[in-house]
Order: sequence, then structure tokens, then C-alpha cells
Amino acid sequence: MDSDDEAMSATTSDDGFGMEEDSMSFGEGSVGEIDMDEPDIGFDTQEKDFRPAKKAYEVDFTVYSPSDIQAQQDRQIEDVSNIIGQPHESTAILLRYSRWNKERLIESYMDRQEELLDKAGLGRDISGPPKIKKVNGFMCDICCEDRPGLETFAMKCNHRFCVSCYRRYLVQKIQDEGEAARIKCPGDSCDKIVDSKTLDLLVTADLRDRYHELLMRTYVDDKENLKWCPAPNCIYAVDCPVKARDLGKIVPTVKCECGYQFCFGCALSDHQPAACSLVKKWMKKCEDDSETANWISANTKECPKCVSTIEKNGGCNHMTCRKCRHEFCWMCMGVWSEHGTSWYNCNRYEEKSGSDARDAQAKSRQSLERYLHYYNRYANHEQSAKLDKDIFLKTEKKMTQLQSSSGMSWIEVQFLDAASQALQQCRQTLKWTYAFAYYLARNNQTEIFEDNQKDLEMAVENLSEMFEKPTDQIAGLKVEMMDKTAYCNKRRVILLDDTAVNLKQGNWAFNVEMS
Amino acid sequence: MANKRIMKEYAEVTNNPPAGCKISLENEGDMNLWNVVMDAPSDSIYAGGHFKIVIKLPKEYPFKPPVLNFKTKLYHPNVTNDENGSMCLGMLRPDEWKPPNKIADVLKLVRTVLAAPQPDDAVEQGIADQYKNDRKAFEKTAKDWVSKYAK
Ligand SMILES: [Zn+2]
Ligand SMILES: [Zn+2]
Ligand SMILES: [Zn+2]
Ligand SMILES: [Zn+2]
Ligand SMILES: [Zn+2]
Ligand SMILES: [Zn+2]
Repeated sequence: MDSDDEAMSATTSDDGFGMEEDSMSFGEGSVGEIDMDEPDIGFDTQEKDFRPAKKAYEVDFTVYSPSDIQAQQDRQIEDVSNIIGQPHESTAILLRYSRWNKERLIESYMDRQEELLDKAGLGRDISGPPKIKKVNGFMCDICCEDRPGLETFAMKCNHRFCVSCYRRYLVQKIQDEGEAARIKCPGDSCDKIVDSKTLDLLVTADLRDRYHELLMRTYVDDKENLKWCPAPNCIYAVDCPVKARDLGKIVPTVKCECGYQFCFGCALSDHQPAACSLVKKWMKKCEDDSETANWISANTKECPKCVSTIEKNGGCNHMTCRKCRHEFCWMCMGVWSEHGTSWYNCNRYEEKSGSDARDAQAKSRQSLERYLHYYNRYANHEQSAKLDKDIFLKTEKKMTQLQSSSGMSWIEVQFLDAASQALQQCRQTLKWTYAFAYYLARNNQTEIFEDNQKDLEMAVENLSEMFEKPTDQIAGLKVEMMDKTAYCNKRRVILLDDTAVNLKQGNWAFNVEMS
Repeated sequence: MANKRIMKEYAEVTNNPPAGCKISLENEGDMNLWNVVMDAPSDSIYAGGHFKIVIKLPKEYPFKPPVLNFKTKLYHPNVTNDENGSMCLGMLRPDEWKPPNKIADVLKLVRTVLAAPQPDDAVEQGIADQYKNDRKAFEKTAKDWVSKYAK
């Protein structure tokens, strides 16, 4: 095992929490394979021997529910609280201040306790818990209310305000400003942080829930190994040990409990085999060039004879294909010789041929054509990927029809669902192989990649075609479709594994900086 | 409840106005729109200028900061050079404002900033650069504007 493998498979045990028993964990990145409880440090070597060999493109990850994450936080607060002897609510503030780096927190607590407490917004006074109380002759400095019997509150910093002002201040911070971890005392120039005990004392249950939700957001945002699933309305977070610095060597693809497959590095939808930095460059390029690309499609046509792209140059309609020298009319795409000499402009066009201007244009044209070659294929698979949802819905419908017309059971028609899913996933991969290929410089690895790409593409188009067959024929194609589905999946794995192994080993040459 | 606070603050500033400030209500009966005429500090380059400032107290006041607009044109790195004449620094920022802060404190801050611009916290970057690199030209324009708009 090389050092990269070590880094990729590091467990999260240094965070002080193992896995919750009720948490879903998909070791090796494949669904349905339950990774048993992560053993404590020192026992995992033995465990690893029983795992199936991991593919180069797979990473370890775990999916956590909000309650798992809450439990993780609570456990860390508990641990640290026991060590430093501060109450839970203060320990929580200290941990948030140290961005959940337990070791660093304990170290600086031991070395510079007072400075740390000040900076974290805690103060040094560890007197009893703050209480709501009535103070004789009190006037609230916020609302100027001074009636006797007014309920007031202050944290240890002793900035006292009436309870209703204190409460309204907290509502404003939490509800309107979305603040939670860094809410300061309302006192003028006071930096003391409002702790959860204070909050529990003053606000309604609704607001308390919102507060803890916001704290959880900050917790996940603060931890490099945690990310929220980017799918809309999804409540899960994913834990993955791959670090930002590893992203040139691996494309860490994870699958959430909700089914969404995304890149842990950049949170975009699964973009294997292209590394995050290439994806970023590619999307920028597509955006920048979309106008050019539109112009091209409006101003170019394909030669009716050899199908290479022809650009309309000036007003002349007498076109000559650069490649096969076929002469045709831009307007009707018909053979030019049939037009006689009625388009007098054509002579001028001929005169200009061979000029430097046209050479330069041909060059820029060439690089554009290269881009368009990859872009069109990328966009085509993207388009098909968008149709995936329709295909899936159609599949479901077909499955029901098939069940009633063929007398097949639900379990027997599952092959259609499997085929549909394979199509979706393979198209997603194919799409990104074209972005990957655009930045790839030729070397002795490229040919294998291109063969893999071609094989996968053919397999996908084959399966896709069968999928479109009328329902009454589909039942008879079951075995063949299952074979093709398995073949597609196999080709995808081969392609991903090959690209990932070479990425890890630094065997690819790219025509851009990989940063 | 905020009303009591605003009434009290208003009574305080009319009885004991902050240095160089005359405060009135922009419209009779509207406690949330204050009208301030501020005389620039005599040791500042704006000396001799009288600046009209409108202070709007949002309905969430004092939980949200007041909004301050110079109605008299002013050449200053911390005041937007547009029809709003906005100033937003220090305690006027929503994340720095604390509910016990008072309008009188805000006006004190404004006068301090008039005397000592804070180019590193500028809303007009061009003016801030000039303030830092060509103080003479900055002062000339600032003074010209005082005689043109603030007399
Ligand atoms: Zn109050
Ligand atoms: Zn305080
Ligand atoms: Zn999800
Ligand atoms: Zn990525
Ligand atoms: Zn041709
Ligand atoms: Zn024609």
C-alpha cells in the first residue's frame, strides 16, 4: 500500500467518535455493503484484511443523519469538558472557537487559559449559572422600562437588560441574521458569547431548534472531513477523509443516503473521471465560449458530401469544402455547378483564398473545432442525462405494463430498473470523459483511455436502443438486456479504474495546469 | 416599548445636544425620522460647513442600527458620493451595532470621522486613494465642496 492509499483510507477515529450504530455507512463507496462498526484505533488492520479489494476510484465515506451529527458534537463536548473541567455550554463555545480541533484547544487551554477564555468570549469568572431575576431600581438600557418587578437577565459579564429585550435581541440574531455560534452579549462593546444555557432560559422551543440547527451547520462547515449533501432538501451529511490537497490525485465520489452521488471535493454532481480542477476549468470554458459556440452553430454547416464543418465566410454563397473540395451552395446546400454564374460575389471569395487572414482564421477555427468536438459530445450526454428522469418514469410505467401483460412478477421486471440506472450512470461518466479528454495531452496512456471510452459509449448506445423498443418486445429481450446492463456497468468500472489508477500515479499528461 | 426608548433619547438630545449638532424631527409627529444639522469640527478640513443629516430609525430600532444619510454633498472617503450620502462604519454596521447604543453616540462617531477620515474602511475607493496619496488635492476638493454646498 503506498502513501496515497494510506491518506485515502484514514479513518475518522482521531475525531474522538466512532460510528453511531444507527448511522448508515457505505464502506468502499458501494450501496448496500454495510461497513461494520469502525473498531477503535489499533484494531483496524485486521478488519481491513476482510474487506474486498477497493477499486482505485473508490473512497471510504460514511453518511450521517442530523442526530448522528448532534451526537458527535455532544460526545466531543463531553470528552473535552471532562478534561478541562469547564461546564458543557462553555466547552461548546471553546470548541466552536477552536473549530473543533480538540488537541489544539486542550493544548492552548493548558498553556494560556485566561487568554483563550477571553478570546473565545467566555470571560474568566466561573460563578454559578445565570438566572432571571428582579432588581430593585433597575432601568433597562434598551427599552428604558423601569417599572418595579421587571424581570431581568445578565450573563456573567453583568450586562443586565430586561428579559423581553434580551429575548428580542436573540430572536433578531437567530431568526433574522442566521447567527448562532457567535452571538455576543447585547451589552455595549461586550464580546462575551451567548451560551446555550442562556439561550435555553430565554427563548421558545422553536427558536431553540433553529439555534441548534444553525450550530450544526457551523459544525459541519468547520470540519474538513464533513460536507452536507448538496441535493435539495437532503438532511444528511457525508464524512470523507480525502483532503483538498489530494484532489489532483483522486476524484472522491460519494453517495448519500438519499441516492445522490456527488464529488466530496467540490460538491458538484459525480464528475468522474475528470478531477475537480479540470471540471472547474471546463465549466468556465463552456460558459465563456457559449456565445462562440452559438455563433458557430448559426454560421456553420456541414459539407453535404463529407460532413466536415464549413464556416460561412462573408456574403458569398458559393462554398468549397476545405477537406474534399466539394463545391456547393450555402443557401440550398445543392451542388454549385447547377447554379451557373449568377452569384457574382463568388469571384471575390476566390481571390482572397490563401491570404494570411484566412490562415489565421483557419488556425483559430481549428482550436474551436477541437473544443466543439468535445463539447458536442459532452453536451449530448448531458442532454441524455437530463432525459434520464423521463426514462426512469417511462421505465416504471413499462414495468407495470410488463407485469400485467406478461404475467411477470415485480422481481422479474427489475431488470428494466437496473438497465435504466446503468444508463444514467454511464452517461454521466461518458459526459465527463469528454471534458477530461479535452484537457488530456497525448501520451502512451491516451489510446487505452480512448478505447475504453469508445467501448463504453458503444455499450451505452446499444442498451439505450433496446430500451426504446415497444413494451411487448421487451419481455423477450430480458436476458439480452440484463447482459448488456452488466456489460455497461463493467465497461464503466474498467474505464474509471484505469483513469483513477493513472491519476493516482501521475501518468496522465494534461495540456493545462492541474491546480 | 421601543417608543419609550426613542422618546427618552430624543428628549435627552434636545435638552443636551451632542457637540455641534442641532436636532429636530423631519416631520411633526414622526419619531423615526430625525433631522440633524451638524457643524463640522473647527479643526477639520470641513470647518465652517453645516451638514444636514437625516437619521432614519428602522421599526426594529434599537435592535437594528439607525440609517444615516448626508443630505448635504460632502467629499469624504466614508460617505457615498451619490444622492444617498450614506455612511456605514463602526457601530452603524448591523453586526457591530448593540441595542444599548444611542443616536448621540452615533453623532459623536460621525463628527470624529469628519475630523479623521478612515480611508481603509472607505465606501468611495477613489477618494480614499486620493486621501492617502495626494492629500493636497483631496483637501482642495473637500474645501471647495464645503464652500459650494455646505455654507
Ligand atoms: Zn428592555
Ligand atoms: Zn456583556
Ligand atoms: Zn443526500
Ligand atoms: Zn469535484
Ligand atoms: Zn467536404
Ligand atoms: Zn442554391
